Amino acid sequence: MSTIIRTEQLSHIYSQGTVFEQAAIRNVNLNIEKGEFVGVIGHTGSGKSTLIQHLNGLLRPTSGKVYIGGEDIWAKPKEIRRFRFQVGLVFQYPEYQLFEDTVYKDISFGPRNMGLSEEEIDRRVRQAAAFVELKEATLQKSPFELSGGQKRRVAIAGVIAMSPDVLILDEPTAGLDPRGRDRILGEIKEYHQQQKATVLLVSHSMEDIARYASKVLVMNQAQVFLYDTVEAVFSRGSEMESMGLNIPQITRICRQLAERGIPISPQTYTVESAKDQILGILQKRGVK
Amino acid sequence: MALTDISIGQYFPGDSPVHRMDPRMKLVLTLVYVVMLFLAGNFSSLAMGIILLLVVYPLSRIPLTLILKSVKPIVPIVLFTGILNMFFVKGDPLWTLGFLSISREGLRMAALLALRILCLIAGTSLLTYTTSPIALTDGIEQLFSPLKKLGAPVHEIAMMMTITLRFIPTLIEETDKIMSAQKARGADLESGGLFQRMKALLPILIPLFVSAFRRAEELALAMECRCYHGGEGRTRMRTLRLGTVDVLAALLVAAFLASTIFFSVAGAG
Repeated sequence: MSTIIRTEQLSHIYSQGTVFEQAAIRNVNLNIEKGEFVGVIGHTGSGKSTLIQHLNGLLRPTSGKVYIGGEDIWAKPKEIRRFRFQVGLVFQYPEYQLFEDTVYKDISFGPRNMGLSEEEIDRRVRQAAAFVELKEATLQKSPFELSGGQKRRVAIAGVIAMSPDVLILDEPTAGLDPRGRDRILGEIKEYHQQQKATVLLVSHSMEDIARYASKVLVMNQAQVFLYDTVEAVFSRGSEMESMGLNIPQITRICRQLAERGIPISPQTYTVESAKDQILGILQKRGVK
Repeated sequence: MALTDISIGQYFPGDSPVHRMDPRMKLVLTLVYVVMLFLAGNFSSLAMGIILLLVVYPLSRIPLTLILKSVKPIVPIVLFTGILNMFFVKGDPLWTLGFLSISREGLRMAALLALRILCLIAGTSLLTYTTSPIALTDGIEQLFSPLKKLGAPVHEIAMMMTITLRFIPTLIEETDKIMSAQKARGADLESGGLFQRMKALLPILIPLFVSAFRRAEELALAMECRCYHGGEGRTRMRTLRLGTVDVLAALLVAAFLASTIFFSVAGAG
């Protein structure tokens, strides 16, 4: 696999030269492979949002470089929009950015800015709408008369319609009920698999990360603390806890069970896998 | 991030004698100061205005850089009016080039005007630097409360001012966020002709207005939940009281006003 996102000594300092000077990220070196599903975690103020806004050129680094597909994105500042189409970024509460009078027009905003032909725009809009399971009738409605969860899916479709190679989402499930959350995460997973896209998902839910991500990026105090597989990251539970981060609840339970001599793997990250193991143990003991 | 760097009318918290003054007294004295600047017709009386600033600014412990920052945006206006005055005030010419001529009176007038405007800005920014917006509107409300007898909705206007001031930073932040989100979808805000640029603003203005209305509705609801019903019979957590600092400040300003009038009438310089 080849590297799609690479950063080199990337730093960003807010209000440089004033008393409010503060480094939001410091000397970040990252290599993210194509097709990876990366969960990004870190507590508030750890630099997650600043980092992801550098990856599509919304923020310009104070120092250091960002490479997308091997190209330095700030080599020609006039062409920065090209990278915004390649790296789609969905902000927190993206439904507040909707503005058109119909859902269809709103989703087509991105593709239209790309300068595509009408037929291609139409194809992209319908494809994106299908991804987030919007009905044909909804496309002609005003985005302002939809429910919260629907609005959020429209906003995500607006980014997916640009068919970015890299899709970055900043807490896409904040404020949604469990059903809405599972639905959106499932749709993102499907985009990841069908388009062979690279996905970065910022989330506070370790359960969601364990379930969907293949790798985890842990940010702490403006720096990358860890970038490794889910297993490797969650096996360092105590370090994570000292940073104010959790490991999935089910992992903690399995760990404590294992400590008490029950033959269950301490590296269990999903409820399904725990269930299978426990049922297996019970069967061996002859419980039905 | 340039949007969040704006500092016009910003409040800088502190615990100086100037910060502790009653906002009503500060408002009145600022007004007196403005009047004083316009009464000053010559350099010696205007010097009183400058000296007063030199006394009060160190007391307020506002950093020097902030004063410069507040004065910076009006420098072009000062230069422009100064230059106009220099050429258009008639008197004995010092220097002539064709129809342009600079007179002694013109130079004097230009310098007076420039100094007066600079003092005006520095003096009035001291008020906003040392008074929180809430205290300021409280002060305005109480100063204008006699108008309630004439049926003017003084409390409601003050509440609207408070809410407006409170939401300026919030809406600036919101604008920043929406701009980023639309740029992420490839919105081009920098190029194109005037019409194209105005059209490019729509994707930012519409969500901004929608969210302003949403916030207004939420705030109104939250206020009603806490039984807000206007100014009638409302008491305050912090009642405004005049203290020693206020009396001292009033005497100080009065002394400077008297000397300004004296020098102005005496006409020296």
